[in-house]
Amino acid sequence: MAQKSPAKKAGTAKPKATGAAPIAEDGKTVYAQNCLSCHQADGGGVPNMNPPLIKTDYVLGDKDRLIKIVLNGFNERVEIEGEMYNNVMPALNHLTDKQIAAVLTYVRNNFGNKASAVTPVEVKKARGK
Amino acid sequence: MKLKVAFSSFIPLIAAAGLLWYNANKPLVANMVNPDADNAGLKLPAGFGALRAAENVGKARHLAVTAGGDIYVKLNRPKEGKGIVYLQDANDDGKMDDTKMFGNYGGTGMYIKNGYLYASSDTEVFRYKLNENGQVTNPEAPEKIVTGLIERRQHESKSIVVDNNDNLYVNIGAYSNSCQEKDRTPGSMGRKGCPILDSAGGIWQFKASKANQTYKDGVRYATGLRNVVGLDWNQQNNQLFVMQHGRDQLHDLFPALYTVQQSAIYPAECMYALKKGDNAGWPYIYFNQDLNKKIVAPEYGGDGKKEGSKEYINPAAAYPGHMAPNGLLFYTGNMFPEKYKNGAFIAFHGSWNRAPEPQAGFFVVFQPFKDGKPSGKYEVFADGFSGSPEKTASGRADHKPCGLAQGPDGSLYVSDDVKGTIYRIVYNK
Repeated sequence: MAQKSPAKKAGTAKPKATGAAPIAEDGKTVYAQNCLSCHQADGGGVPNMNPPLIKTDYVLGDKDRLIKIVLNGFNERVEIEGEMYNNVMPALNHLTDKQIAAVLTYVRNNFGNKASAVTPVEVKKARGK
Repeated sequence: MKLKVAFSSFIPLIAAAGLLWYNANKPLVANMVNPDADNAGLKLPAGFGALRAAENVGKARHLAVTAGGDIYVKLNRPKEGKGIVYLQDANDDGKMDDTKMFGNYGGTGMYIKNGYLYASSDTEVFRYKLNENGQVTNPEAPEKIVTGLIERRQHESKSIVVDNNDNLYVNIGAYSNSCQEKDRTPGSMGRKGCPILDSAGGIWQFKASKANQTYKDGVRYATGLRNVVGLDWNQQNNQLFVMQHGRDQLHDLFPALYTVQQSAIYPAECMYALKKGDNAGWPYIYFNQDLNKKIVAPEYGGDGKKEGSKEYINPAAAYPGHMAPNGLLFYTGNMFPEKYKNGAFIAFHGSWNRAPEPQAGFFVVFQPFKDGKPSGKYEVFADGFSGSPEKTASGRADHKPCGLAQGPDGSLYVSDDVKGTIYRIVYNK
């Protein structure tokens, strides 16, 4: 299921290993590398901590708001369908426009979701604001 | 003559009844409750059984059992506006059949000591006076013992325990994973002289019977503890023991230093035996249970191998990572076999931070003790809360064990904060 991160040889790799592998641009790989450990393989999140990505307005609704959560992180208590979620999501603005578009398109069309794709142009526009 | 015979034969009966009364906290086969046919879905060692004492009580965190066998349960979030559940068993069959609710706040802590029920929200500690039947006399007007504790969403629960000298111990969890400049952000380094430790990341000691205490009235009893949920007072040592939730995300934050697999099992979840003034080392170090060493955290210059300072205390015992020890109980009852006496039960709520590796935990373990110290490896005592191995691996558990309490007859009670089941585990042989 999950893809392994490119830099994973503990003990041999040096800190800040960069350029070791090509940057993954398919949504599933970007999800596995950046989202899965909190939002989980099934997108269901973790009760009381990490919000689910399944059929919520945050995922299926306003694309600009969704893109900005990835760019800026999310650091507030949120209630989704009666459950509270508390954990901190870091800003993931080191991801490229293409990566963010790919991962959000993936999230909006998996875990039982069905919604329009997110394009790199939309990400670029949100980042520029 | 007839009457005399009847009377004299009555005397041993009275004596026997008196003996029964006197031995009320010893197991009495005649009084044993019956386990559920399926042992409440749990897998237990031979001779043990379990029943569902209550179901659907809410997000049940810690719980306390009165001398008469009634149960108080703290709910993480109020249900119908009430955050404490009081359960009574009218016919002594072990199934709680009367439910009352009070207290308008959510939280975790629930503890009975010296005729008081102590309860915590995520910012305050209250106590309620119990009458001789163990019933709260002032449900709407508790004494506020501590107020104004920090709650910044992460590690917000305030676990509590009271010692034998009128001291209250409160966990104040760190509102951070590893005190990074930017919390949970890959590569972000640790804040120098982590300022969180001034008001959180430790155990604070207050007076158990003084109203309206704040930070200035308390003492930072032990520091360098990221987050503690399970804690108990060890009566043999007269000492506080706590279970720390170790830091998350070694791989996510420092992928060049840790594999996904290493990140799933490290660092250890640690049991600490605390003395006043102890420092367990968070966020500067963590404990690697396989190297059996304190290791410098990557946020503070560690490389996964560099050993941490000796100024930080060693754990009394260490367990695999991320299993979330939410309940700790030293067993002092007489019902279970001798080996359990004065040993520790630990409720591991279950992991989330092992993904994409399989999740683990969702069980109650027994840690043998000898002379007040952990002795030998822990053993899984009660398993099966999750519902199936697949639900354990995915983390989508049906039930998650959270709080532990001992009943007057020596039964072990376990709360579940997913569906609100209260389990009662008994020994029948």
